[in-house]
Amino acid sequence: MTADIAAILAIDGIATGAVYALVAIGTVLIFTVTRVIFIPFGDIAAFTALTLAALDAKQLPGTVGLVVVLACMACAMEVVALARAGELRAVPKAVFGYLMLPLIVVGIVWLTMRFNPPMPVRIVLALLLIMPIAPLLDRIVFRPIADASVLLLLTVSVALHFALVGLGLLFFGPEGVRTEPLTSMAIEIAGVHVSGQTVLILTAALVFSGLLFAFFDFTLIGKALRATALNRTGARLMGIRPARAGTIAYLLGSLMAGVSGVLIAPVNTIFYDSGFLLGLKAFVGAIVGGMASYPGAALGAFGVGIIESFASFQSSTLKDVIVFSLLIPILLWRSLASQHSEEEVEE
Amino acid sequence: MTQMLSVENVSVAYGKVEAVRNVSLSVEQGQIVTVIGPNGAGKTTLLMAAIGLLKSTGRMVFQGADLARIDVEGRVERGLCLVPEKRELFADMSVADNLLLGTYSLRDRSTTRKSLDDVFDRFPRLKERSKQAAGTLSGGERQMLALGRALMAKPKLLVLDEPSLGLAPLIVREIFRTIASLRSLGVSVLLVEQNARAALETADYGYVLETGEIIQSGPADTLIHDPKLIAAYLGGH
Repeated sequence: MTADIAAILAIDGIATGAVYALVAIGTVLIFTVTRVIFIPFGDIAAFTALTLAALDAKQLPGTVGLVVVLACMACAMEVVALARAGELRAVPKAVFGYLMLPLIVVGIVWLTMRFNPPMPVRIVLALLLIMPIAPLLDRIVFRPIADASVLLLLTVSVALHFALVGLGLLFFGPEGVRTEPLTSMAIEIAGVHVSGQTVLILTAALVFSGLLFAFFDFTLIGKALRATALNRTGARLMGIRPARAGTIAYLLGSLMAGVSGVLIAPVNTIFYDSGFLLGLKAFVGAIVGGMASYPGAALGAFGVGIIESFASFQSSTLKDVIVFSLLIPILLWRSLASQHSEEEVEE
Repeated sequence: MTQMLSVENVSVAYGKVEAVRNVSLSVEQGQIVTVIGPNGAGKTTLLMAAIGLLKSTGRMVFQGADLARIDVEGRVERGLCLVPEKRELFADMSVADNLLLGTYSLRDRSTTRKSLDDVFDRFPRLKERSKQAAGTLSGGERQMLALGRALMAKPKLLVLDEPSLGLAPLIVREIFRTIASLRSLGVSVLLVEQNARAALETADYGYVLETGEIIQSGPADTLIHDPKLIAAYLGGH
Protein backbone atom coordinates (compact mmCIF):
# COMPACT_ATOMS: atom_id res chain seq x y z
CA MET A 1 0.00 0.00 0.00
CA THR A 2 1.40 3.38 -0.98
CA ALA A 3 0.98 6.61 0.95
CA ASP A 4 -1.41 7.87 -1.73
CA ILE A 5 -3.71 4.92 -1.34
CA ALA A 6 -3.52 5.15 2.43
CA ALA A 7 -4.53 8.82 2.27
CA ILE A 8 -7.47 8.05 0.02
CA LEU A 9 -8.57 5.19 2.27
CA ALA A 10 -8.23 7.40 5.35
CA ILE A 11 -10.36 10.17 3.85
CA ASP A 12 -12.92 7.63 2.75
CA GLY A 13 -12.92 6.14 6.23
CA ILE A 14 -13.36 9.51 7.89
CA ALA A 15 -16.36 10.24 5.69
CA THR A 16 -17.94 6.89 6.50
CA GLY A 17 -17.06 7.42 10.15
CA ALA A 18 -18.82 10.80 10.15
CA VAL A 19 -22.01 9.10 8.98
CA TYR A 20 -21.67 6.47 11.72
CA ALA A 21 -20.90 9.21 14.25
CA LEU A 22 -24.27 10.90 13.66
CA VAL A 23 -26.10 7.64 14.28
CA ALA A 24 -23.85 6.78 17.26
CA ILE A 25 -24.57 10.15 18.91
CA GLY A 26 -28.29 9.51 18.46
CA THR A 27 -27.89 6.04 19.97
CA VAL A 28 -26.13 7.43 23.05
CA LEU A 29 -28.75 10.18 23.40
CA ILE A 30 -31.63 7.69 23.39
CA PHE A 31 -29.85 5.25 25.69
CA THR A 32 -28.94 7.80 28.35
CA VAL A 33 -32.41 9.36 28.43
CA THR A 34 -34.58 6.23 28.07
CA ARG A 35 -32.20 3.27 28.78
CA VAL A 36 -33.25 1.80 25.42
CA ILE A 37 -30.48 0.67 23.05
CA PHE A 38 -32.35 1.68 19.92
CA ILE A 39 -31.07 -0.81 17.33
CA PRO A 40 -33.55 0.39 14.63
CA PHE A 41 -31.71 3.72 14.22
CA GLY A 42 -29.93 2.30 11.19
CA ASP A 43 -33.34 1.49 9.71
CA ILE A 44 -34.42 5.07 10.32
CA ALA A 45 -31.36 6.23 8.34
CA ALA A 46 -32.08 3.77 5.51
CA PHE A 47 -35.75 4.77 5.42
CA THR A 48 -34.71 8.41 5.08
CA ALA A 49 -32.63 7.54 2.03
CA LEU A 50 -35.54 5.56 0.55
CA THR A 51 -37.92 8.43 1.31
CA LEU A 52 -35.63 10.94 -0.38
CA ALA A 53 -35.27 8.68 -3.42
CA ALA A 54 -39.05 8.42 -3.73
CA LEU A 55 -39.40 12.19 -3.43
CA ASP A 56 -36.71 12.62 -6.10
CA ALA A 57 -38.73 10.31 -8.38
CA LYS A 58 -41.82 12.47 -7.65
CA GLN A 59 -43.57 9.58 -5.94
CA LEU A 60 -45.34 9.61 -2.61
CA PRO A 61 -42.86 7.74 -0.37
CA GLY A 62 -43.86 4.61 1.58
CA THR A 63 -42.97 6.51 4.73
CA VAL A 64 -46.32 8.28 4.45
CA GLY A 65 -48.18 5.00 4.91
CA LEU A 66 -45.86 3.93 7.72
CA VAL A 67 -46.32 7.20 9.62
CA VAL A 68 -50.11 7.11 9.22
CA VAL A 69 -50.34 3.50 10.46
CA LEU A 70 -48.03 4.15 13.44
CA ALA A 71 -49.84 7.38 14.32
CA CYS A 72 -53.20 5.60 14.40
CA MET A 73 -51.79 2.82 16.59
CA ALA A 74 -50.03 5.19 19.00
CA CYS A 75 -53.09 7.41 19.26
CA ALA A 76 -55.40 4.45 19.94
CA MET A 77 -53.07 3.14 22.66
CA GLU A 78 -52.77 6.53 24.31
CA VAL A 79 -56.52 7.13 24.27
CA VAL A 80 -57.23 3.67 25.74
CA ALA A 81 -54.59 4.22 28.45
CA LEU A 82 -56.08 7.63 29.32
CA ALA A 83 -59.63 6.24 29.36
CA ARG A 84 -58.57 3.47 31.73
CA ALA A 85 -56.94 5.98 34.05
CA GLY A 86 -60.12 8.07 33.93
CA GLU A 87 -58.25 11.05 32.46
CA LEU A 88 -60.65 11.85 29.62
CA ARG A 89 -59.74 15.53 29.83
CA ALA A 90 -56.30 14.75 28.40
CA VAL A 91 -57.68 12.92 25.34
CA PRO A 92 -57.85 15.91 22.91
CA LYS A 93 -54.22 16.76 23.65
CA ALA A 94 -53.19 13.13 23.05
CA VAL A 95 -55.12 12.96 19.78
CA PHE A 96 -53.43 16.15 18.66
CA GLY A 97 -49.91 15.01 19.62
CA TYR A 98 -50.09 11.41 18.42
CA LEU A 99 -52.44 11.65 15.45
CA MET A 100 -52.93 15.20 14.18
CA LEU A 101 -49.29 16.29 14.35
CA PRO A 102 -47.94 13.35 12.29
CA LEU A 103 -50.86 13.77 9.84
CA ILE A 104 -50.09 17.48 9.51
CA VAL A 105 -46.49 16.54 8.61
CA VAL A 106 -47.78 14.07 6.02
CA GLY A 107 -50.13 16.76 4.69
CA ILE A 108 -47.31 19.27 4.36
CA VAL A 109 -45.22 16.76 2.39
CA TRP A 110 -48.15 15.85 0.15
CA LEU A 111 -48.97 19.50 -0.58
CA THR A 112 -45.37 20.59 -1.14
CA MET A 113 -44.71 17.71 -3.55
CA ARG A 114 -47.29 19.15 -5.97
CA PHE A 115 -44.98 22.12 -6.63
CA ASN A 116 -41.91 20.05 -7.68
CA PRO A 117 -39.74 21.44 -4.91
CA PRO A 118 -35.95 21.71 -5.38
CA MET A 119 -33.46 19.32 -3.79
CA PRO A 120 -32.91 21.13 -0.45
CA VAL A 121 -36.67 21.28 0.17
CA ARG A 122 -36.99 17.58 -0.66
CA ILE A 123 -34.30 16.79 1.92
CA VAL A 124 -36.17 18.79 4.56
CA LEU A 125 -39.40 16.97 3.64
CA ALA A 126 -37.68 13.57 3.93
CA LEU A 127 -36.35 14.51 7.38
CA LEU A 128 -39.77 15.82 8.45
CA LEU A 129 -41.40 12.55 7.38
CA ILE A 130 -38.87 10.38 9.16
CA MET A 131 -38.86 12.21 12.49
CA PRO A 132 -42.26 11.05 13.82
CA ILE A 133 -41.45 7.33 13.35
CA ALA A 134 -39.16 6.74 16.35
CA PRO A 135 -41.27 8.75 18.87
CA LEU A 136 -44.40 6.87 17.72
CA LEU A 137 -42.58 3.52 18.03
CA ASP A 138 -41.50 4.63 21.50
CA ARG A 139 -45.13 5.19 22.47
CA ILE A 140 -46.31 1.90 20.97
CA VAL A 141 -43.46 -0.39 21.98
CA PHE A 142 -41.33 1.00 24.79
CA ARG A 143 -43.66 3.17 26.91
CA PRO A 144 -45.63 0.16 28.23
CA ILE A 145 -42.37 -1.45 29.44
CA ALA A 146 -40.50 1.70 30.44
CA ASP A 147 -39.49 0.32 33.83
CA ALA A 148 -38.15 -2.98 32.50
CA SER A 149 -34.49 -3.97 32.67
CA VAL A 150 -31.98 -2.75 30.08
CA LEU A 151 -31.65 -6.31 28.78
CA LEU A 152 -35.39 -6.71 28.18
CA LEU A 153 -35.52 -3.30 26.47
CA LEU A 154 -32.62 -4.38 24.24
CA THR A 155 -34.32 -7.66 23.34
CA VAL A 156 -37.50 -5.81 22.39
CA SER A 157 -35.40 -3.31 20.45
CA VAL A 158 -33.84 -6.09 18.35
CA ALA A 159 -37.27 -7.57 17.69
CA LEU A 160 -38.52 -4.12 16.71
CA HIS A 161 -35.67 -3.86 14.20
CA PHE A 162 -36.80 -7.05 12.45
CA ALA A 163 -40.39 -5.85 12.45
CA LEU A 164 -39.24 -2.58 10.88
CA VAL A 165 -37.27 -4.38 8.17
CA GLY A 166 -40.48 -6.24 7.30
CA LEU A 167 -42.45 -3.01 7.26
CA GLY A 168 -39.69 -1.50 5.11
CA LEU A 169 -40.16 -4.23 2.51
CA LEU A 170 -43.92 -3.70 2.65
CA PHE A 171 -43.84 0.08 2.29
CA PHE A 172 -40.73 0.65 0.12
CA GLY A 173 -40.45 -2.55 -1.93
CA PRO A 174 -37.32 -4.60 -2.60
CA GLU A 175 -35.57 -2.20 -5.03
CA GLY A 176 -32.35 -0.49 -3.99
CA VAL A 177 -31.98 3.24 -4.47
CA ARG A 178 -29.20 5.72 -4.90
CA THR A 179 -30.09 9.42 -4.75
CA GLU A 180 -28.61 12.20 -6.87
CA PRO A 181 -25.24 13.48 -5.63
CA LEU A 182 -25.66 16.54 -3.45
CA THR A 183 -22.68 18.21 -5.09
CA SER A 184 -20.32 17.46 -7.95
CA MET A 185 -17.54 19.70 -6.70
CA ALA A 186 -14.17 18.29 -5.73
CA ILE A 187 -11.10 19.75 -4.10
CA GLU A 188 -7.47 18.72 -3.77
CA ILE A 189 -5.78 18.73 -0.39
CA ALA A 190 -2.03 18.12 -0.51
CA GLY A 191 -2.33 16.27 -3.80
CA VAL A 192 -5.16 14.03 -2.62
CA HIS A 193 -8.49 14.20 -4.38
CA VAL A 194 -11.37 14.89 -1.97
CA SER A 195 -14.89 14.79 -3.32
CA GLY A 196 -17.40 17.47 -2.49
CA GLN A 197 -19.62 14.76 -1.04
CA THR A 198 -16.93 13.91 1.54
CA VAL A 199 -16.57 17.56 2.51
CA LEU A 200 -20.32 17.83 2.78
CA ILE A 201 -20.58 14.74 4.98
CA LEU A 202 -17.91 16.04 7.36
CA THR A 203 -19.45 19.52 7.48
CA ALA A 204 -22.92 18.14 8.14
CA ALA A 205 -21.63 15.85 10.90
CA LEU A 206 -19.85 18.78 12.57
CA VAL A 207 -22.78 21.18 12.19
CA PHE A 208 -25.40 18.77 13.51
CA SER A 209 -23.35 17.54 16.46
CA GLY A 210 -22.50 21.18 17.18
CA LEU A 211 -26.18 22.10 17.12
CA LEU A 212 -26.98 19.23 19.47
CA PHE A 213 -24.37 20.37 21.98
CA ALA A 214 -25.60 23.95 21.77
CA PHE A 215 -29.10 22.63 22.45
CA PHE A 216 -27.82 20.75 25.53
CA ASP A 217 -25.87 23.73 26.82
CA PHE A 218 -28.11 26.69 26.15
CA THR A 219 -31.74 25.57 26.32
CA LEU A 220 -33.73 24.53 29.37
CA ILE A 221 -35.21 21.55 27.49
CA GLY A 222 -31.71 20.42 26.51
CA LYS A 223 -30.63 20.70 30.14
CA ALA A 224 -33.74 18.77 31.17
CA LEU A 225 -32.70 15.95 28.81
CA ARG A 226 -29.23 15.83 30.36
CA ALA A 227 -30.78 15.93 33.83
CA THR A 228 -33.05 12.97 32.98
CA ALA A 229 -30.02 11.04 31.73
CA LEU A 230 -28.06 11.80 34.92
CA ASN A 231 -30.75 11.27 37.55
CA ARG A 232 -34.30 10.23 36.69
CA THR A 233 -35.72 10.69 40.18
CA GLY A 234 -34.10 14.09 40.51
CA ALA A 235 -35.49 15.10 37.13
CA ARG A 236 -39.02 13.96 38.04
CA LEU A 237 -38.81 16.05 41.21
CA MET A 238 -38.16 19.08 38.97
CA GLY A 239 -41.36 18.25 37.06
CA ILE A 240 -39.53 16.75 34.05
CA ARG A 241 -41.59 13.84 32.70
CA PRO A 242 -39.27 11.00 31.58
CA ALA A 243 -41.76 10.04 28.83
CA ARG A 244 -41.68 13.57 27.41
CA ALA A 245 -37.90 13.73 27.65
CA GLY A 246 -37.85 10.39 25.82
CA THR A 247 -40.02 11.74 23.00
CA ILE A 248 -37.69 14.72 22.54
CA ALA A 249 -34.65 12.42 22.60
CA TYR A 250 -36.23 10.18 19.93
CA LEU A 251 -37.05 13.22 17.76
CA LEU A 252 -33.49 14.54 17.99
CA GLY A 253 -31.95 11.10 17.49
CA SER A 254 -34.13 10.54 14.42
CA LEU A 255 -32.95 13.85 13.01
CA MET A 256 -29.33 12.72 13.42
CA ALA A 257 -30.05 9.31 11.86
CA GLY A 258 -32.07 10.97 9.08
CA VAL A 259 -29.22 13.33 8.21
CA SER A 260 -26.82 10.41 8.04
CA GLY A 261 -29.27 8.64 5.72
CA VAL A 262 -29.40 11.66 3.43
CA LEU A 263 -25.60 11.85 3.38
CA ILE A 264 -25.01 8.17 2.67
CA ALA A 265 -27.73 7.79 0.02
CA PRO A 266 -25.74 9.22 -2.93
CA VAL A 267 -22.66 7.12 -2.05
CA ASN A 268 -24.13 3.71 -1.29
CA THR A 269 -27.08 1.87 -2.79
CA ILE A 270 -29.67 1.61 -0.01
CA PHE A 271 -32.20 -1.19 0.32
CA TYR A 272 -35.05 -1.54 2.80
CA ASP A 273 -32.76 -3.68 5.00
CA SER A 274 -29.51 -1.71 4.63
CA GLY A 275 -29.98 -0.02 7.97
CA PHE A 276 -28.92 -2.93 10.13
CA LEU A 277 -25.19 -2.79 9.38
CA LEU A 278 -25.19 0.99 9.61
CA GLY A 279 -26.92 0.87 13.00
CA LEU A 280 -24.69 -1.92 14.25
CA LYS A 281 -21.49 -0.13 13.29
CA ALA A 282 -22.70 3.04 14.94
CA PHE A 283 -23.50 0.92 17.99
CA VAL A 284 -19.90 -0.33 18.06
CA GLY A 285 -18.80 3.32 18.03
CA ALA A 286 -21.20 4.14 20.84
CA ILE A 287 -19.84 1.24 22.91
CA VAL A 288 -16.32 2.69 22.60
CA GLY A 289 -17.74 5.72 24.40
CA GLY A 290 -19.27 3.45 27.03
CA MET A 291 -22.79 4.31 25.77
CA ALA A 292 -22.51 7.46 27.85
CA SER A 293 -20.01 9.83 26.26
CA TYR A 294 -20.84 11.75 23.07
CA PRO A 295 -17.22 12.56 22.13
CA GLY A 296 -16.31 8.95 22.91
CA ALA A 297 -19.08 7.67 20.66
CA ALA A 298 -18.09 10.02 17.83
CA LEU A 299 -14.44 9.01 18.17
CA GLY A 300 -15.39 5.35 18.18
CA ALA A 301 -17.54 5.82 15.09
CA PHE A 302 -14.67 7.49 13.21
CA GLY A 303 -12.43 4.62 14.27
CA VAL A 304 -14.92 2.10 12.90
CA GLY A 305 -15.17 4.03 9.62
CA ILE A 306 -11.39 4.17 9.13
CA ILE A 307 -10.85 0.51 10.04
CA GLU A 308 -13.66 -0.50 7.70
CA SER A 309 -12.11 1.50 4.88
CA PHE A 310 -8.70 -0.14 5.25
CA ALA A 311 -10.25 -3.56 5.84
CA SER A 312 -12.28 -3.36 2.63
CA PHE A 313 -9.08 -2.53 0.73
CA GLN A 314 -7.39 -5.66 2.08
CA SER A 315 -10.35 -7.95 1.76
CA SER A 316 -13.75 -6.56 0.91
CA THR A 317 -15.56 -9.79 1.74
CA LEU A 318 -14.15 -9.84 5.25
CA LYS A 319 -14.52 -6.14 6.10
CA ASP A 320 -17.53 -6.58 8.36
CA VAL A 321 -15.91 -9.55 10.06
CA ILE A 322 -12.84 -7.45 10.79
CA VAL A 323 -14.89 -4.52 12.12
CA PHE A 324 -17.06 -6.63 14.41
CA SER A 325 -14.13 -8.74 15.63
CA LEU A 326 -12.73 -5.52 17.01
CA LEU A 327 -15.75 -5.28 19.26
CA ILE A 328 -14.44 -8.15 21.39
CA PRO A 329 -11.24 -6.49 22.65
CA ILE A 330 -13.15 -3.20 23.07
CA LEU A 331 -15.79 -4.90 25.21
CA LEU A 332 -13.07 -6.61 27.27
CA TRP A 333 -11.31 -3.32 27.79
CA ARG A 334 -14.56 -1.54 28.75
CA SER A 335 -15.58 -4.20 31.23
CA LEU A 336 -12.15 -4.08 32.86
CA ALA A 337 -11.92 -0.29 32.80
CA SER A 338 -15.25 0.44 34.45
CA GLN A 339 -16.58 -0.97 37.66
CA HIS A 340 -20.16 0.16 37.06
CA SER A 341 -22.94 -2.36 37.11
CA GLU A 342 -24.93 -2.43 33.90
CA GLU A 343 -28.26 -1.83 35.52
CA GLU A 344 -28.63 1.63 36.90
CA VAL A 345 -29.89 1.66 40.46
CA GLU A 346 -33.51 2.71 40.50
CA GLU A 347 -35.45 3.84 43.51
CA MET B 1 -55.99 29.89 57.96
CA THR B 2 -56.41 27.89 54.77
CA GLN B 3 -55.26 24.34 54.52
CA MET B 4 -52.22 23.63 52.36
CA LEU B 5 -51.94 19.89 52.65
CA SER B 6 -54.13 17.43 54.42
CA VAL B 7 -53.20 13.79 54.78
CA GLU B 8 -56.06 11.53 55.91
CA ASN B 9 -55.59 7.93 57.02
CA VAL B 10 -52.70 7.34 54.68
CA SER B 11 -50.99 3.95 54.67
CA VAL B 12 -47.98 2.89 52.64
CA ALA B 13 -46.84 -0.70 52.24
CA TYR B 14 -43.73 -2.31 50.79
CA GLY B 15 -45.24 -5.59 49.66
CA LYS B 16 -46.94 -6.97 52.75
CA VAL B 17 -45.05 -4.80 55.22
CA GLU B 18 -46.88 -1.61 56.16
CA ALA B 19 -44.27 1.07 56.73
CA VAL B 20 -46.82 3.82 57.40
CA ARG B 21 -50.21 3.07 59.01
CA ASN B 22 -53.25 5.35 59.06
CA VAL B 23 -51.33 8.56 59.34
CA SER B 24 -53.27 11.83 59.32
CA LEU B 25 -51.71 15.25 59.48
CA SER B 26 -52.24 18.70 58.07
CA VAL B 27 -50.18 21.72 57.12
CA GLU B 28 -51.79 25.18 57.14
CA GLN B 29 -50.79 28.05 54.88
CA GLY B 30 -47.54 29.64 56.00
CA GLN B 31 -46.97 27.06 58.71
CA ILE B 32 -43.84 25.03 59.39
CA VAL B 33 -44.85 21.54 60.45
CA THR B 34 -42.36 18.92 61.50
CA VAL B 35 -42.55 15.15 61.74
CA ILE B 36 -39.97 13.77 64.15
CA GLY B 37 -39.19 10.22 65.07
CA PRO B 38 -36.44 7.63 65.20
CA ASN B 39 -34.70 5.91 62.30
CA GLY B 40 -37.01 3.54 60.44
CA ALA B 41 -40.20 5.11 61.77
CA GLY B 42 -41.47 5.63 58.22
CA LYS B 43 -40.78 9.35 57.92
CA THR B 44 -39.14 9.22 54.50
CA THR B 45 -41.76 6.72 53.29
CA LEU B 46 -44.50 9.17 54.27
CA LEU B 47 -42.86 11.98 52.30
CA MET B 48 -42.27 9.77 49.26
CA ALA B 49 -46.00 8.99 49.28
CA ALA B 50 -46.86 12.68 49.64
CA ILE B 51 -44.84 13.60 46.55
CA GLY B 52 -46.18 10.58 44.63
CA LEU B 53 -43.02 8.49 44.27
CA LEU B 54 -44.64 5.73 46.36
CA LYS B 55 -48.19 4.39 46.07
CA SER B 56 -50.40 4.90 49.11
CA THR B 57 -53.92 4.32 50.29
CA GLY B 58 -56.00 6.97 52.03
CA ARG B 59 -56.63 10.53 50.95
CA MET B 60 -54.29 13.44 50.33
CA VAL B 61 -55.53 16.89 49.43
CA PHE B 62 -53.23 19.70 48.35
CA GLN B 63 -54.76 23.18 48.08
CA GLY B 64 -58.20 21.66 47.61
CA ALA B 65 -57.12 19.21 44.90
CA ASP B 66 -57.24 15.46 45.52
CA LEU B 67 -53.77 14.13 44.78
CA ALA B 68 -54.87 10.57 43.94
CA ARG B 69 -54.76 11.09 40.16
CA ILE B 70 -51.94 13.61 40.03
CA ASP B 71 -48.47 12.26 39.27
CA VAL B 72 -45.17 13.47 40.72
CA GLU B 73 -44.62 15.99 37.95
CA GLY B 74 -48.16 17.32 38.29
CA ARG B 75 -47.67 17.82 42.02
CA VAL B 76 -44.45 19.73 41.37
CA GLU B 77 -46.28 21.92 38.83
CA ARG B 78 -48.85 22.73 41.52
CA GLY B 79 -46.14 23.87 43.92
CA LEU B 80 -45.57 20.77 46.03
CA CYS B 81 -41.80 20.34 46.01
CA LEU B 82 -39.63 17.75 47.74
CA VAL B 83 -36.01 18.12 48.77
CA PRO B 84 -35.15 14.45 49.22
CA GLU B 85 -32.79 13.00 51.77
CA LYS B 86 -30.39 11.96 49.00
CA ARG B 87 -30.62 15.49 47.49
CA GLU B 88 -30.86 13.94 43.95
CA LEU B 89 -28.71 16.64 42.38
CA PHE B 90 -27.44 16.46 38.79
CA ALA B 91 -23.84 15.72 39.68
CA ASP B 92 -22.18 16.30 36.30
CA MET B 93 -24.01 19.57 35.67
CA SER B 94 -22.98 22.97 36.96
CA VAL B 95 -24.46 24.54 40.09
CA ALA B 96 -26.12 27.21 37.93
CA ASP B 97 -27.67 24.60 35.62
CA ASN B 98 -28.99 22.64 38.61
CA LEU B 99 -30.65 25.82 39.87
CA LEU B 100 -32.07 26.69 36.43
CA LEU B 101 -33.65 23.24 36.18
CA GLY B 102 -35.60 24.16 39.29
CA THR B 103 -37.66 26.49 37.11
CA TYR B 104 -38.64 23.71 34.68
CA SER B 105 -42.10 23.27 36.19
CA LEU B 106 -42.96 26.98 35.99
CA ARG B 107 -45.22 28.32 33.25
CA ASP B 108 -43.81 31.82 33.53
CA ARG B 109 -40.02 31.92 33.58
CA SER B 110 -39.65 35.69 33.24
CA THR B 111 -38.54 35.93 36.86
CA THR B 112 -35.78 33.31 36.58
CA ARG B 113 -33.03 35.92 36.78
CA LYS B 114 -34.46 37.38 40.00
CA SER B 115 -35.01 33.96 41.58
CA LEU B 116 -31.40 33.08 40.78
CA ASP B 117 -30.16 36.29 42.40
CA ASP B 118 -32.33 35.59 45.46
CA VAL B 119 -30.84 32.12 45.85
CA PHE B 120 -27.32 33.51 45.41
CA ASP B 121 -28.06 36.19 48.05
CA ARG B 122 -29.27 33.51 50.40
CA PHE B 123 -26.35 31.18 49.72
CA PRO B 124 -23.34 33.25 48.56
CA ARG B 125 -21.29 30.05 48.54
CA LEU B 126 -23.34 28.78 45.60
CA LYS B 127 -22.62 31.95 43.64
CA GLU B 128 -18.89 31.45 44.08
CA ARG B 129 -19.23 27.92 42.78
CA SER B 130 -21.92 28.50 40.16
CA LYS B 131 -19.76 27.16 37.30
CA GLN B 132 -18.55 24.13 39.24
CA ALA B 133 -20.11 20.68 38.79
CA ALA B 134 -22.61 19.89 41.55
CA GLY B 135 -20.81 16.62 42.25
CA THR B 136 -17.72 18.51 43.47
CA LEU B 137 -19.55 20.33 46.26
CA SER B 138 -19.22 19.54 49.97
CA GLY B 139 -22.14 18.01 51.87
CA GLY B 140 -23.34 21.34 53.23
CA GLU B 141 -23.10 23.03 49.85
CA ARG B 142 -25.06 20.20 48.29
CA GLN B 143 -27.86 20.70 50.78
CA MET B 144 -27.83 24.43 50.03
CA LEU B 145 -28.01 23.64 46.32
CA ALA B 146 -30.89 21.18 46.83
CA LEU B 147 -32.76 23.81 48.86
CA GLY B 148 -31.94 26.56 46.38
CA ARG B 149 -33.03 24.41 43.44
CA ALA B 150 -36.37 23.73 45.15
CA LEU B 151 -36.84 27.46 45.88
CA MET B 152 -36.30 28.25 42.18
CA ALA B 153 -39.58 26.36 41.55
CA LYS B 154 -41.45 28.90 43.74
CA PRO B 155 -42.98 26.16 45.88
CA LYS B 156 -46.15 26.69 47.88
CA LEU B 157 -45.31 23.77 50.15
CA LEU B 158 -41.70 22.73 50.55
CA VAL B 159 -41.24 19.19 51.81
CA LEU B 160 -37.82 18.66 53.39
CA ASP B 161 -36.44 15.22 54.19
CA GLU B 162 -33.68 15.28 56.83
CA PRO B 163 -32.08 18.53 55.67
CA SER B 164 -29.52 18.39 58.50
CA LEU B 165 -28.42 14.80 57.95
CA GLY B 166 -24.64 14.39 58.00
CA LEU B 167 -23.88 18.10 58.16
CA ALA B 168 -21.56 20.02 60.47
CA PRO B 169 -23.32 21.88 63.35
CA LEU B 170 -22.54 25.31 61.91
CA ILE B 171 -24.10 24.38 58.56
CA VAL B 172 -27.09 22.81 60.32
CA ARG B 173 -27.75 26.15 62.04
CA GLU B 174 -27.55 27.95 58.71
CA ILE B 175 -29.96 25.52 57.07
CA PHE B 176 -32.50 25.86 59.89
CA ARG B 177 -32.18 29.65 59.77
CA THR B 178 -33.05 29.45 56.08
CA ILE B 179 -36.03 27.21 56.77
CA ALA B 180 -37.34 29.62 59.43
CA SER B 181 -36.96 32.53 57.01
CA LEU B 182 -39.24 30.81 54.48
CA ARG B 183 -42.18 31.83 56.69
CA SER B 184 -41.77 35.43 55.59
CA LEU B 185 -41.94 34.31 51.94
CA GLY B 186 -45.29 32.67 52.62
CA VAL B 187 -43.90 29.21 51.86
CA SER B 188 -45.33 26.41 53.99
CA VAL B 189 -42.90 23.73 55.10
CA LEU B 190 -43.28 20.07 55.98
CA LEU B 191 -40.05 19.11 57.68
CA VAL B 192 -38.94 15.60 58.57
CA GLU B 193 -36.02 15.45 60.98
CA GLN B 194 -34.07 13.22 63.31
CA ASN B 195 -32.60 16.33 64.88
CA ALA B 196 -35.77 16.75 66.95
CA ARG B 197 -34.65 19.71 69.02
CA ALA B 198 -33.64 21.89 66.07
CA ALA B 199 -36.80 20.85 64.21
CA LEU B 200 -39.14 21.71 67.09
CA GLU B 201 -37.36 25.01 67.71
CA THR B 202 -38.04 25.99 64.09
CA ALA B 203 -41.52 24.56 63.61
CA ASP B 204 -45.00 25.75 64.60
CA TYR B 205 -46.52 22.32 64.98
CA GLY B 206 -45.10 18.84 65.40
CA TYR B 207 -46.02 15.20 64.96
CA VAL B 208 -44.16 12.25 66.45
CA LEU B 209 -43.98 9.20 64.20
CA GLU B 210 -43.02 5.82 65.67
CA THR B 211 -43.11 2.46 63.84
CA GLY B 212 -45.34 3.92 61.15
CA GLU B 213 -47.93 5.55 63.41
CA ILE B 214 -48.42 9.03 64.80
CA ILE B 215 -48.21 8.63 68.55
CA GLN B 216 -48.30 12.27 69.57
CA SER B 217 -48.87 15.72 68.12
CA GLY B 218 -49.15 19.29 69.30
CA PRO B 219 -47.75 22.82 69.03
CA ALA B 220 -43.99 22.65 68.75
CA ASP B 221 -43.32 24.72 71.89
CA THR B 222 -45.45 22.30 73.92
CA LEU B 223 -43.79 19.21 72.50
CA ILE B 224 -40.35 20.58 73.19
CA HIS B 225 -41.16 20.69 76.93
CA ASP B 226 -42.85 17.28 77.05
CA PRO B 227 -40.90 15.17 79.56
CA LYS B 228 -41.51 11.91 77.70
CA LEU B 229 -40.22 13.36 74.42
CA ILE B 230 -37.28 14.95 76.16
CA ALA B 231 -36.31 11.54 77.48
CA ALA B 232 -36.80 9.80 74.11
CA TYR B 233 -35.56 12.27 71.51
CA LEU B 234 -34.28 15.48 73.00
CA GLY B 235 -31.43 13.92 74.94
CA GLY B 236 -32.59 15.15 78.39
CA HIS B 237 -31.79 18.53 79.90
